[in-house]
Amino acid sequence: MLEVRGLGKAFNGFRAINGVSLTVARGEIAAVIGPNGAGKSTLFNLITGHLQPDEGQILLEGRDITGAAPHRICRMGVGRSFQRTNIFAKLTVFENIQAAFIAHRGRGRDFWTRSSTLYRDETEALLVSLGIRDTADTIGGLLSHGNQKQVELGIALACDPEILLLDEPTAGMSAAETRESIRLLERIAAERSLTLLFTEHDMQVVFSIAQRIAVLHQGRLIAEGSAEAVQQDEQVRRVYLGERH
Amino acid sequence: MSRRIPWALVVFLVAFWVPFLGSRFYTFVATDIAILALFAMSLNLLLGYTSLVSFGHAAYFGIGAYTCALLMKSLGAPFLPSLMAGGLTAAGFALVFGFFCVRLTKIYFAMLTLAVAQIVWAICFKWNDVTGGEQGLPSVPYPDLAWMGSLPILENLRLGDLFYIVVILIVLLGIAALRRIVDSPFGRILTVIRDNPERAQFVGVNVRLYQLAAFVVAGFFAGISGALFGIFNRGVFPDFIYWTKSAEPLIMTILGGMGSFWGPAVGAFALVVLNQQVTSYTEYWPFVMGAILILLLYVFPGGIVGTIETALTPARPDSSGATPAASQQADRGA
Amino acid sequence: MPEFSFLFGQFLGGLTAAMFLFLIASGLSLIFGVLRVLNFAHGSFYMVGAYLAWQLVRWTQPAPEAFWIAALGAALGVALLGGIIERLLLRYLYDREELYQLLFTYALVLIIADAAKVLWGTQQLSVSRPPSLAGSLQLFGVTVPHYNLCIMLLGPMIAFGFWLVLQRTALGRIVRAAALDRETLGTLGANVGWVYTGMFMAGSFLAGLGGALVTPVKSIVPGMDVEIIVEAFIVVVIGGLGSFWGTFLGAVIYGQVLAFGILIFPRFSIFAVSTLMAVILILRPWGLLGRPIR
Repeated sequence: MLEVRGLGKAFNGFRAINGVSLTVARGEIAAVIGPNGAGKSTLFNLITGHLQPDEGQILLEGRDITGAAPHRICRMGVGRSFQRTNIFAKLTVFENIQAAFIAHRGRGRDFWTRSSTLYRDETEALLVSLGIRDTADTIGGLLSHGNQKQVELGIALACDPEILLLDEPTAGMSAAETRESIRLLERIAAERSLTLLFTEHDMQVVFSIAQRIAVLHQGRLIAEGSAEAVQQDEQVRRVYLGERH
Repeated sequence: MSRRIPWALVVFLVAFWVPFLGSRFYTFVATDIAILALFAMSLNLLLGYTSLVSFGHAAYFGIGAYTCALLMKSLGAPFLPSLMAGGLTAAGFALVFGFFCVRLTKIYFAMLTLAVAQIVWAICFKWNDVTGGEQGLPSVPYPDLAWMGSLPILENLRLGDLFYIVVILIVLLGIAALRRIVDSPFGRILTVIRDNPERAQFVGVNVRLYQLAAFVVAGFFAGISGALFGIFNRGVFPDFIYWTKSAEPLIMTILGGMGSFWGPAVGAFALVVLNQQVTSYTEYWPFVMGAILILLLYVFPGGIVGTIETALTPARPDSSGATPAASQQADRGA
Repeated sequence: MPEFSFLFGQFLGGLTAAMFLFLIASGLSLIFGVLRVLNFAHGSFYMVGAYLAWQLVRWTQPAPEAFWIAALGAALGVALLGGIIERLLLRYLYDREELYQLLFTYALVLIIADAAKVLWGTQQLSVSRPPSLAGSLQLFGVTVPHYNLCIMLLGPMIAFGFWLVLQRTALGRIVRAAALDRETLGTLGANVGWVYTGMFMAGSFLAGLGGALVTPVKSIVPGMDVEIIVEAFIVVVIGGLGSFWGTFLGAVIYGQVLAFGILIFPRFSIFAVSTLMAVILILRPWGLLGRPIR
C-alpha cells in the first residue's frame, strides 16, 4: 500500500533521514518508533509532502507521490494527524468536521450554497462514531487536549482516507485516555478497513496493536518486522528499549 | 436556526431615502460612503476572511476607474457594460499580479502587493496617451439617467441624487453577492485557510489556488467600486492608486472591525464622516487618522463592530470557562 | 559612447546615493533582523533627523563646525524618539499578528509627517556644507565635492562599526541570540526587553544620522519620508531582509541601476524602484544574501 524506498533528507548538512526504506501492507497496523530526534516526524512530513526529500521514492499503491504537494497527497487517500494538535481552533467542533467534508468533497467551487447546510448528516454521524457529539458546539480552541485529538482524527477521517498517518496519537494523554483512544482507533480502522501507520513513544500502545514495527535511530532504520521480532532484536534493545525499561 | 434578516435589503431601504432629505451635501457624502464601503468590503475578503494583507488594493480600484472612464469618455460606451468591464479588467489584472503575490507569505506578500501597486501607479502617471498621465482623465461623463426621472417617486430628484440611487443599488447588490460568497463553501474554505493553512492543505485544499481566487474576487469588486468612484468624482486621477490611498480601506476595515462582515462598511461610514468633520477644523487629517489607528490597535482591536459585540454578548457557557473576550476572539470564524 | 568622465561621474553619483541609502537601510535591516518588525516609520525617522539637524545648526550658529555636532545631536534625538516609541507602544505588539505592527508603524508615518509640518512648515529647508568639507576635487575629469567623498567613506564605516559590535562583542552575541530565540534568551536571564529597545534605538539612530548627513546634499521637504522608505525597502529586499552585507550589496546595486538606468530609459526612475522590487520578490524573495524561505 505504502512503500518508501531509500528516502533521505538533510537539513544544512544534518542528515535527518538516511536511506530509510519500509513497506506497509494494506489493512496493516504499523508503527514507527525511535528515541526523540530519530526522525519520525520528518519521515511523516516527507511522506505527506510537507517536505521534499533529497533522495529516494515514496509510492502509494504503486503510484509515485515523491515530492507531490500535500493537498494532492491528501486527495489520493492519505490522512494525517499532527503531533501538535492541528485543528481549526476558531471553528466549533461541528464546523471543523463539516469544513473537512466540504473541502474534501470538492465543493470549494461552489460560490452560492449556504455552506452551513452542507453535509450535516455526515458530520453528525462522524461525531457520534467518535463519541464527541456532545461537544459539537464548542469552539475547537477551547477543548481539552484529548478532545482536540479526537476532532483531529475526525478531520482526517472526513477526508475518506485509505491510510492514516498518526503522529504520536496518544501524546499527553492519561493512561485511561490512552486506552480509550487506542480502542477507538482499532474500531475505526476495522470499520473502514484502514491502513494505519503511527509513531509513538508509549511502548505499551505500540506492542498492543502494531502488527509491524519499524525502528528509527538517528535517521536510519535499524530494525523492521513483527512486534516479537523487533522486541528480540539486539540493536533495538540496546538503543531504545534498554534505555526505557 | 434563526431567521436570516436580509440586511442588504434593509440598508437599501433606509439609504434610499437620503436624497429626499433635500441636501446636496448629504447625498454627496452618502455616495462617497457607499462606494468606499464596497471597496473596503472587497479588501476584507482578503484581510479578514483569508488573512492576506494587501497594501496595494488601490491598484484594482484605479484600474476599474480608468477602464470604465476610458470606455465611457473616449468610446462613448454605455454605463453598465463599462462598469462590468471595469470590474472584469481589474479582476484580470488581479489574476496576473495575484499569481505572483500568493507565492509569497505575509511580509513578502504585503511588500509585493505594494510594489505592484506602485508600478501600476507609475504607468498611469506616465502613460499620457492613454491614461492622461499626471492630469488623469477629467470630465468623465455621467451615465444617461434621464429615464429614471420618469419613474413616479424619482421625478423631483436631481441628477446627483439619481446617480446616488444607482450607486446604492449596485453597491448593495455587490454586498449581497459578497455575503453569498462568504457564506458559501468557497468562503468556508477561505476562513479555514485563515485559521490554519497547514491543516487546510491536509484536508485537500490547494491553499494557493484559493488565495488567488480570493484575490481575483476582491479585485473584481474593487474595480467596480473604482469605476463608480471615477464617475462620482467626475474624473480619474493617478493618485487613486498611490500607496497611501491603499491605506484608507485598510483603516476603514480595522475601524469597523475586520472580524465581521459589515465591519468595513461601518468603518467606511465612520471614516468618511470623521474626515468631513475633521477637515473642516484642521488640515491635519493624516495625523488624526494615525491617532485613530493607534487607538484602534491598542484599545479597540475589534473595531466598532467588535467592541459593540463584546459589550453585548454575555460570557459563553462552555467546558473550560473562557472569558468573553477570548470566546469573542474565537467567534470570528463564524 | 559617452565620455569616460561622464560615466565615471554617474558611477560616483550612484555610489554616493548608495552609501547614504546603505546607512539608512542598514538601520531598517537591523530592526527587522532582531525585532522582526518592518518599520514603515523608518523613513519618518530619517526625515526627523534631517529637520533636527537643520534646527540644531540654526541654534548653534555661528559655530563653524557645528554641523557635525548637529548631525550627532539629531541622530541621538531620533534614537531617543525611537526608544520612547518602542518602550511605550511598540513592545506591546510583538506578540500580535504582523499586520498590527505594520499598521502601527504606518500610523506613525502619518503622525510624524503632520507633526513635522506643524513644527517646521512645508517649505524647503537646507543646510550648508560644513566649511571643512566645502571644497571639491577633480577626479578623472569629474568634480567630486569633498563632502560626498567623506560620506562615501563615513557611511560604510559607521555601519561596519555596528556590524563589528554585533558580530564580535558579547553584547552583540546577546542581540543575535535575541533575534533567534527570544523566549530562551529570556529564561537565561538576559533582559530581552531592553535588548529590543536598544536595537530599535540603534536602528533609528542610523536613520536619523542618515537624514542629518544628507541635508547638505538634498533639501529637506515634506514627502522625503515616503520617498526614502520605498528606496530603503528595495535595497533591503534586494540584499535580503536581515542580512547586513546584503543591504550593502543591495544599496550599491540600486545606486548603480538608478544612475545608469536613467541614461537608457529617461522615464526609468519612477519605475526603477518598484519594478526592481517586484522582480526580486518574484524571482528570489529572500534577496541575494538572505536565507531561502521556500
